[in-house]
Amino acid sequence: MIRLREVGWRVASLGVGLGMIGLWQFIVWKKFISPVFLPGPIETWRALVEGFRTGMLGARTLATVQRMLYGWVLASLLGVGLGAAIGSSRRAREYLAPTLELLRPLPASAIVPVGIAFFGLSNSMVIGVVAFGSLWPTLLATIHGFAAVESRLIEVARMLKLSRDAILFQIAFPSALPDILAAMRLGLITALILSVIGEMLAFQGGLGSQILEASRAYRSPELFAGVLVLGMIGLVSNLLLSAFEVCLLRWRDPH
Amino acid sequence: MKWQGLVLPVGAAMLAEGCARAFGIQSDSLASPSQILGAAWGLLRDGALFAMLGQTLLAAFGGLLIGGGAGVVMALVLGLSPTISKLLRLPIEGLRPIPSIAILPVFLMVFGFGYRLEIASVSFACFWPSLIIGQAAISGIEPRLLEVSRVLGLGPWGRVTKIVIPAALPRLFVAFRLAAAVALIVAVTVEIALNPQGMGYELMSAQSSLRPEVMFAILLYIGITGWSVNAALLLAQRRLFGRAGGMHVGMHGGVAGEPP
Repeated sequence: MIRLREVGWRVASLGVGLGMIGLWQFIVWKKFISPVFLPGPIETWRALVEGFRTGMLGARTLATVQRMLYGWVLASLLGVGLGAAIGSSRRAREYLAPTLELLRPLPASAIVPVGIAFFGLSNSMVIGVVAFGSLWPTLLATIHGFAAVESRLIEVARMLKLSRDAILFQIAFPSALPDILAAMRLGLITALILSVIGEMLAFQGGLGSQILEASRAYRSPELFAGVLVLGMIGLVSNLLLSAFEVCLLRWRDPH
Repeated sequence: MKWQGLVLPVGAAMLAEGCARAFGIQSDSLASPSQILGAAWGLLRDGALFAMLGQTLLAAFGGLLIGGGAGVVMALVLGLSPTISKLLRLPIEGLRPIPSIAILPVFLMVFGFGYRLEIASVSFACFWPSLIIGQAAISGIEPRLLEVSRVLGLGPWGRVTKIVIPAALPRLFVAFRLAAAVALIVAVTVEIALNPQGMGYELMSAQSSLRPEVMFAILLYIGITGWSVNAALLLAQRRLFGRAGGMHVGMHGGVAGEPP
């Protein structure tokens, strides 16, 4: 019964969403907002289908997703590795953590000009910037996760005469995992944003350049189609990672 | 901060200075720490710093007020009416993951370059974290307080102003603090990507005119600005609410508004 009611609310919520799209179409038909700026949902859908049919939009989406994933995977590996090394050693934390905390409030995008200064307007610049920018959340969360391991667990491990490696991988890593996964999700969003900025600035193809060009040429249906695809990338990657997180953290569930 | 924390930054700066002096490097992408400090002093002295800082802060706080305010109002509406909250769930879940940077070209087309472009982008980005943390704040209100308001026969307006807002205020301030961090980040990002004003733009133009010492000096100022805004708001939070605002919120205010 409760389940049925839940489904009912979902359907109603979907109805509200569709109603909003209907309202959007109505506003366009009545020309409350100039059609130059606001294409209707039907036009946007057409631009989307047309883009994927000719393969242009598909290729650009692939380019953006590739950059995002390369940078993010690189950042996650580096972040977890370095974070585990720094977080599990008290001395390394004392020396390094204040510097890292000081760098934390810098906007990730602020390293784009530094990247351009070193690598020029190239594809490796974009991937490097994506990796560097999305490194921070994962690195800092891993350090925090490894540093905040329940001290009684460590004591138990010492009593059991576990080796240092065993303590790291069997005790510290699982206990830091929730922090790490949450940060990797944040890192992926950062990676997507930085890929788009990198593409806008370096004109390396991809959705970032596409939406910027469409906006400068006032081709608004194409622009909205690009924004829609970017939203979908954000939504899908977040859903996948949440599902992955639930899967990996099932052992924490008391049931 | 213990002395160990100073070893790395001070050591690295001294090493860089020593290398620059010893080898006399002339570079388009690197500058020695003394050159960077010189450029930083120059920006401070001729007032260029205050001009660009003012532009960035104006856009960031304008957007923070509009977007953050709208987010809190929305959180109040959703928190007080479970029906509206359930009905809007899918539309909100669908809109939230759109990265704020993707909306930027849309605002560019509508507003052109300038403050309106930047304020609109910052508003969009600030809306989500303040909505989500605001919702968490309101759902965390002691249910007995709401029962009291019912017993007293308060109307919806009285309930909001006399019970809900005072009870949720400490956590709403946390939302405001995290949204402020997002606002600064997005303002600088918009300036780097498109908008020809403020610190982000000066950073880009220092790079493209091959003046690395100015570029790093501006980077330094951007860091100091972010750090001081956060420190000031943290201090205000402790002074105003003590431990009441202490709630576990995710790290480093997510640009897309990570739930706590």
